[in-house]
Amino acid sequence: MLRFVLRRVLLVLPVLFGLLVLTFVLVRVVPNDPSAALAGQNATPQQIAEIRAKYGFDQPLIVQFGIYLRQVAQADLGTSIQSGRPVARDILQRLPATLELTFAALFLGAGLGVPLGVLAAVRHNTWLDHALRFFTVGGVAIASFWFAIMLQLLFSMQLDLLPLRGRLGTAMAPPAQWTGLLLLDSLLAWRLDAFVDAVRHLALPAVTLSLGAMATITRFTRSGVLETLEKEYVLYEIAAGYPRWLLVAVYVLRNSVVATITQIGLLFGALLAGAVVVESIYDWPGIGSYAVAAIFTSDYKAILAVTLLVGVVYSIVNILVDLIHGLVDRRVAAEL
Amino acid sequence: MLVLRKFARDTSGMVGLVIVLTAVVVAVLAPRLAPHPLDAYESHPLRRLQAPSDASPFGTDNLGRDVLSRVILGTRAALSIALLVVAGAMLIGVPLGLVAGYYRGWMPEVIMRVTDVFLAVPQLILALALAQLLGPSLRNAMLALTLTYWPFFTRIVFAETRRIRVSVFVEALEGLNAGAGRVMFAHILPNAAPPIIVRATIGMGFTILSAAVLGFLGMGATPPDPEWGLAIAESRQYLPEAWWFATFPGLAIFLVVFGFNLLGDGLRDVVDPRLRRSR
Repeated sequence: MLRFVLRRVLLVLPVLFGLLVLTFVLVRVVPNDPSAALAGQNATPQQIAEIRAKYGFDQPLIVQFGIYLRQVAQADLGTSIQSGRPVARDILQRLPATLELTFAALFLGAGLGVPLGVLAAVRHNTWLDHALRFFTVGGVAIASFWFAIMLQLLFSMQLDLLPLRGRLGTAMAPPAQWTGLLLLDSLLAWRLDAFVDAVRHLALPAVTLSLGAMATITRFTRSGVLETLEKEYVLYEIAAGYPRWLLVAVYVLRNSVVATITQIGLLFGALLAGAVVVESIYDWPGIGSYAVAAIFTSDYKAILAVTLLVGVVYSIVNILVDLIHGLVDRRVAAEL
Repeated sequence: MLVLRKFARDTSGMVGLVIVLTAVVVAVLAPRLAPHPLDAYESHPLRRLQAPSDASPFGTDNLGRDVLSRVILGTRAALSIALLVVAGAMLIGVPLGLVAGYYRGWMPEVIMRVTDVFLAVPQLILALALAQLLGPSLRNAMLALTLTYWPFFTRIVFAETRRIRVSVFVEALEGLNAGAGRVMFAHILPNAAPPIIVRATIGMGFTILSAAVLGFLGMGATPPDPEWGLAIAESRQYLPEAWWFATFPGLAIFLVVFGFNLLGDGLRDVVDPRLRRSR
């Protein structure tokens, strides 16, 4: 088992290194002259040359890459143009909001997707299965930004049931910060008013973000359960007279979720990408809206930092998924 | 032919095919089908933000343009962007996958590690970063989407090539002294085609969504182009009054992507019995 873990971690190192090369190439090579961009529009050639020397742009590319590696290792991702503060600090401050949103979406997606998938498999080829099939194909076909606007239109603007944007009402004092996750913080500080307000603000963004994930999880759970139901041991258990719900809920489901777990890991990347769009529409103060604001202000250091961060987080999640996979199904670990 | 008959029995796949074909026809005939084809670029301040009526079933937008006409004209933009991006990604990804799967040694290693790096970042985020660095324009948005979509093809073609490469017929061809290029492109590629076609079909839908996001964020099409994502972005400041302005372009995106996904699923069921939805 230890060998499996080590091997899996080692496999990701080249990817992380490649990610650094990729972001480096994007920063240093794609914009024609970063020093000119940094110096501003009215800079004299002399000023540009000074900046070039200061940031090491006059060094050979390989030396520049070394400088870049050192900066990243020291968590020095440069200064953001939009906020004027270090990018790393901005990101750290906004990370909890994004994590809260993505985990809420994942929780919703799995919490509803798995039962729906089981339902579709058990009621296989009935009208319910067909309806759920429409949902699983349709759920991934909806543009999340449009879905977000439609939800806002209905629930915030027309029905006035849920807040339009933000994480907390303007009149609501935020609870003392422990984790940065508002739901958790408000409970820890026993501020039920803030908790309810935070849930109301979270509802629409989380539903928007979870739609695609829910559809995918439903689909994979359905096919996993269907496949397991055809196994001979299930036939035996039916013959032995196990109650059907017990059979499905315990024996079949456990043997079907492996594919779903893998899928949840892959979905995490889709959720992070989706968060970029969803956050910017609901003014959710996380990494995603930060990235969009960075795009509008051409804040390329912030954009690349977000790209790098998402790549690292996604790689780590994939390792975790493989490890869980290996724990659930020992054959996987034996293979590697 | 057996394949075609099998596909014809798949209701949802056929529905997908009908939707996709309809979209293609609409895209090709867009200027003829649109009630007000000139509304792509003209504006009519006197008719702005009118609710759906007999004269304009989808209402009019902030510049008095007919929303139905612009949705129809937008089909052409969406399909041609997606087609170019997917074709470009195939052009890069498929040969790389063939080469990586066919040869041994350091070259496949390098190609596949680079592929892994690209796949380590969600495509949309990488495309956004790239589009921003290249400078916002429709051409750069398409370039960014292409440069981030090819790894999906490389990975599939690589796996297929590795599988086919050990077949007896490949060995026989090599025995006959067939050149590597000929074996790869004339013999392995046709055998690897089905999964590539499935991926390309689903990729069309996926790219339409990504391109709409780029348009929505102002990194793709520029006004006054009739593009769905851009139209939804423009509609936001006229909500909740002008609900039709935001609703119909989004429904168009949904319908077309839904069609491509159904079609892709149907094709996958036909060409790959292992991945059948097990009905």
